[in-house]
Amino acid sequence: MACFLVSAAEAVVVHTIEKSVEKKEIQLKSSTNHVKADEMTIPMSRKLKWLKYLLIGGAVLLAFEHVWHGEVVPWSPFLTAMSNPADAAEMFHEMATVGVCMALLITSVWFIMCKIADSIARRPETDQKAV
Amino acid sequence: MTLLITVYAAVVATVVWYRRKDDNMQLGILCFMYWGASLMWLVDAIFEYSELHAEYFTPALADMVNDAFLGLSVVALGLIIWLVRLLITDPKGKVRATLQK
Repeated sequence: MACFLVSAAEAVVVHTIEKSVEKKEIQLKSSTNHVKADEMTIPMSRKLKWLKYLLIGGAVLLAFEHVWHGEVVPWSPFLTAMSNPADAAEMFHEMATVGVCMALLITSVWFIMCKIADSIARRPETDQKAV
Repeated sequence: MTLLITVYAAVVATVVWYRRKDDNMQLGILCFMYWGASLMWLVDAIFEYSELHAEYFTPALADMVNDAFLGLSVVALGLIIWLVRLLITDPKGKVRATLQK
């Protein structure tokens, strides 16, 4: 009914964190000139950008699905479930269950993806042979 | 059906991203968008399966056709969003060069 709103809200929070992390990384880069060993890893702001794109992309395409099914309309209150209290309660329940699970799954997949990406970035360059 | 079509779109977008010769095409955005939607629909499918059980795998033909149309529309919307973003950010400066002629 409005499960995509949870991911959309998380995307807004991630975007805010990403901007502040990016600022700190730029400041840190300008203050230190020497190259550290851990600079071989991927910057946190870039990883947060991946999470943001996953969340926004999913939320936008899911919002379209809700428009398709007539659950989201272009006039107030925008969510058809908000027009009566029984449907609204069901909508909030769906947000708390399905919506939260969606956000958690995306965040978990992103976390695993970051770990794998870090290990790939640290991997020494070798001759790749076709398997 | 929507989930399946979106997963296929995500896989194709990722393969195209891996084989890319040009970093300026911003194919990563397309991959993230489709994978994000696929993961979200996967959760939706799990919840639906927990309610319907075996019935989930035997949908009515009309529902399947509607879901397939929705899936294709979602893929088209994803491509449009990616294309509009590509044209606005204009990483190769081609739009700008055309407009300045």
